[in-house]
Amino acid sequence: MKWLLGFVAGLILAAGANAQEIAPDALVKNVTEEVLDIVRKDRDIQNGNTKRAIELVENKVLPYFNFAHMAQLAVARNWRQATPAQQKTLTDEFRLLLVRTYSKALTEYKNQSVDYKPFKMQAADTDVKVRTEIKQPGGKPIQLDYYLEKQDKGWKVYDIEVAGVSLIINYRESFASEVNQGGIDGLIKSLQAKNRSGEASVAKKS
Amino acid sequence: MFTSITKLVAAAGLAALLGGCATSGNPKDPVEGFNRAMFAFNEGLDKAVVKPVAQGYDYVAPQPIKTGITNFFGNIADVFIAVNNLLQGKLPEAASDAGRFAVNTTVGILGFIDVASDMGLEKHEEDFGQTFGRWGVGPGPYVVIPLFGPRDARDAVGLVIDWEVDPVVNYPHVATRNTLLTVRFESGRASLLPADKVIEEAALDKYSYIRDGYLQRRRNLVYDGNPPREKEDD
Repeated sequence: MKWLLGFVAGLILAAGANAQEIAPDALVKNVTEEVLDIVRKDRDIQNGNTKRAIELVENKVLPYFNFAHMAQLAVARNWRQATPAQQKTLTDEFRLLLVRTYSKALTEYKNQSVDYKPFKMQAADTDVKVRTEIKQPGGKPIQLDYYLEKQDKGWKVYDIEVAGVSLIINYRESFASEVNQGGIDGLIKSLQAKNRSGEASVAKKS
Repeated sequence: MFTSITKLVAAAGLAALLGGCATSGNPKDPVEGFNRAMFAFNEGLDKAVVKPVAQGYDYVAPQPIKTGITNFFGNIADVFIAVNNLLQGKLPEAASDAGRFAVNTTVGILGFIDVASDMGLEKHEEDFGQTFGRWGVGPGPYVVIPLFGPRDARDAVGLVIDWEVDPVVNYPHVATRNTLLTVRFESGRASLLPADKVIEEAALDKYSYIRDGYLQRRRNLVYDGNPPREKEDD
């Protein structure tokens, strides 16, 4: 029986190794470098073509983000009063908003490079922070930190902090006041209106 | 110009106190009605004057000049960053800031070249508002000040002290002083130009997006980049 036990243990270990084949810090670094590499070569994005940047973000970055968790963090205590259908709509609309914001930021890219801070974690950790720093010519470096959680399909980013400002938590107060005024549906309507106006500006420029 | 700004700020502070009855329900922002009006005023000023000038500066000045100007004012600021680190009991940081000033003023030609950073002396960001925070003073209510923009009460008091001891503000030759103040202000504004578009894209309500970003940022600075996490969705 001992060999069987060893066999099972081996299987579990192998499965474990598979599930976390890529460590959170390596994930952040790979994705960042891949995206920056493309932006450095892409004149369209550098010239402010947000549509191109959105394509890039959707293909390279989205798979590593957990938008449901992000929406939940932003909607905070009102999340529980939303029906599953509303939660899904909130997640989708919030995803659109974040993708557009992130893409816009990419079009502002100018010769910055990224420094990856030393990273340490315990094997059992399921929630970690990966620290990076944006270096820009003639400017102070900007702290850019990623919060990741471990899921079945690997590590996913659920929050981003720029210079100590969480891009997700920053929506909390304005989302709460939208819910106070018009309920969950009011918040959904505002997000949809915001996204539609953003779409119009993207279409105009490309 | 200095006294008129002081008066403007004092008037704003008084109005903020008087406006205390116009509550919005957000405990961090008890004078939201007043603040929104000031925010709109600042936005109008920015759109009409401040931003166009910053854009012109950004377009005309070559990168090395812009970097030099940022470094020059950053070097003067390092003296007070050293003082504030000293007041917060962070002696190694204070010594490093003083070292930065010594190196950059001499080798870095009056601060135009940031030699110290290349030597590994990291630039810090400190001010009197953060020092009060470090001493345990809470942020107090949020207030939007004409021209200067978002502050919490703690930083508004800090700003008055920063301003009192500021060698640029106290420079005796008025025309030179005003030029220096304008260049510093516009160079700072120019460095924020890329952020403008991203904020427009991100914000559902620009006023609260900037307010909450400011409050998070200041909290982070008071804790030197490691604040206790506020993640619970209470």
